[in-house]
Amino acid sequence: MTSAHANPDPDIRSLLAHRRLDGDAESWRRRIENVSGGDVEKALSAAPGSYNPDRLLALVSPAAQDYLEQMARLARSLTLQRFGRTIRLYAPLYLSSFCVNSCRYCGFNRRNESARKRLSIDEAVAEARIIAAEGFRDLLLVSSEDRKFVGLDYLSELAARLRDTFCSLSIEIYRMTAQEYAALFAAGIDGVTLYQETYDRAAYAYYHPAGPKADYDNRLLAPDAFASAGMREIGLGVLLGLTDWRTETLAMAEHAHYLMKKYWKSRVSFSFPRLRPASDVERSRFGHLLSDRNLVQMILALRLCFADAGLVLSTREPAELRNHLIKLGITRMSAGSKTNPGGYSGHAEALRQFEVDDTRSPARVAAAIRAQGLEPVWKDWQRVPPAPTPA
Amino acid sequence: MERLVIAGREFRSRLLVGTGKFASSDIMAAALDKSGAEIVTVALRRVDIENENDDMLAAIDRSKYLLLPNTSGARDAGEAVRLAKLARAATGINWLKLEVTPDPYYLLPDPVETLKAAEILVKDGFVVLPYINADPVLSKRLEDVGAATVMPLGSPIGSNRGLKTRESIEIIIEQAGVPVVVDAGLGLPSHAAEAMETGADAVLINTAIATAAEPVRMAEAFKLAVEAGRTAFEAGAAAEAKRASASSPLTGFLRDD
Repeated sequence: MTSAHANPDPDIRSLLAHRRLDGDAESWRRRIENVSGGDVEKALSAAPGSYNPDRLLALVSPAAQDYLEQMARLARSLTLQRFGRTIRLYAPLYLSSFCVNSCRYCGFNRRNESARKRLSIDEAVAEARIIAAEGFRDLLLVSSEDRKFVGLDYLSELAARLRDTFCSLSIEIYRMTAQEYAALFAAGIDGVTLYQETYDRAAYAYYHPAGPKADYDNRLLAPDAFASAGMREIGLGVLLGLTDWRTETLAMAEHAHYLMKKYWKSRVSFSFPRLRPASDVERSRFGHLLSDRNLVQMILALRLCFADAGLVLSTREPAELRNHLIKLGITRMSAGSKTNPGGYSGHAEALRQFEVDDTRSPARVAAAIRAQGLEPVWKDWQRVPPAPTPA
Repeated sequence: MERLVIAGREFRSRLLVGTGKFASSDIMAAALDKSGAEIVTVALRRVDIENENDDMLAAIDRSKYLLLPNTSGARDAGEAVRLAKLARAATGINWLKLEVTPDPYYLLPDPVETLKAAEILVKDGFVVLPYINADPVLSKRLEDVGAATVMPLGSPIGSNRGLKTRESIEIIIEQAGVPVVVDAGLGLPSHAAEAMETGADAVLINTAIATAAEPVRMAEAFKLAVEAGRTAFEAGAAAEAKRASASSPLTGFLRDD
């Protein structure tokens, strides 16, 4: 007997292994291709918004492509009900492009000989001031795996200097320890985004040949570490283009469902990073790139299974597509992003992690959101003043 | 229609309105106006409470509305209390809609932490309006510690599913010594009317107005429904019967002669 419920407190490794979602792509591909139109119709007849693995399987299938318009209508009305007519805006702040990893898809990989840059804390604060002046109150601190420089002390001090200006501070950096996450939470960081990149073990090993990030299990267990440290926002994602997006969506959803049940006070969000052109990365080498239609199907399928999950879209995507996607379930977007350290202060030449497509200013993105009858929301969190320390 | 009295303050309107989920501050302001509401709740998380020029705050005319800050997103009593103090320090308002909602998906209120926070805040001089599940015993406990109202949910917040907790709300109303404001899940004017006919003192509406195709007209529809429901309650509904009763079907042959 190998029921997933036999173990009262299964961890995500055993849950994925039990459903063979960490490998076995071929048998999943066959299952997904065997989904019929009738299966999709059945999936769409249930009340939308709650997770069920079979339902998600039907919604990500090729058969569901014929039902996109119906899925879009359901997703739109569900998003409107749960999030209202609002889109949250945030900006990324890149701190360092020095990296010890060698991810085959990333411009920051250690084999790329382009010049690197690190921001001192003063430089990072100066960048943050420029971002704040554009209206942002929600800041995402981003860094490559540059542990020696962008370490716990650096991040804690930076958070302390930024937390009065920004209502929400989150990080998208290398995997830290549970103790480090707890210290950062105390310093005012309230969310962590950390992509598994791919849930397929073999693909993961191929794309992460060396460096600390090569450890699949350590990465998979990261959300447990930061969620148990109290982080309010848990950001999940797979790098779209590495393997078949349909199976990856099933695995990511299983991960999300597990985290939601276990860390019931934190909110899970999904990002949709499609592989972008980057320095030293030949995009044509990737055989699983998603069409716009695929991307839309993935967004809709996840919305119809997770009514309250934040769905995040970055400036990797073109302006016109972003204008359409905010009507279909996306709830959070970045704007005016610079993906190189120092980019906001005009260090245009420094190495970028990837090329941005939507280069509109934050004000123009906000205007485009308003033009769709939605309100751009700059602030959606109030940091709670710390508890007075007992005498 | 009788006046609503909360913590000694009189209100003509029995419709409280929330400010989230609107497409713009202008539409929100127009909807507030049509709703006739006098109490308007604002999530501290959404506004820059220390900034008078904040878009949303600037759109709420403080001479017309009592601004009721809420602690939406607070995960425990400690967070709620600190948020409340922040709001009072910034605005001078000591009224508070207490929300302790640790679960970010259904936003259901934590009864243990809510009671704890209410007790602390009342002692500290706040007028506390706590958001709760429809729990009659918790309602009495909150009343005991000095809550100004109780605000039980009709169904999960934002769900528009109506008065699913009706049985428990009827008990709360029967037992309450403070006003009962049905707070969440009412999706249609008929739901609001039903709550008012049941004897609720007021209702609070947000999602159903903000996400309607025409929020301003929907605000007016809720205003009318709340007035109709309350008037019906005050007028005393006719007794309900299982079936129609014709006049004297069996004894109509009898003639008094």
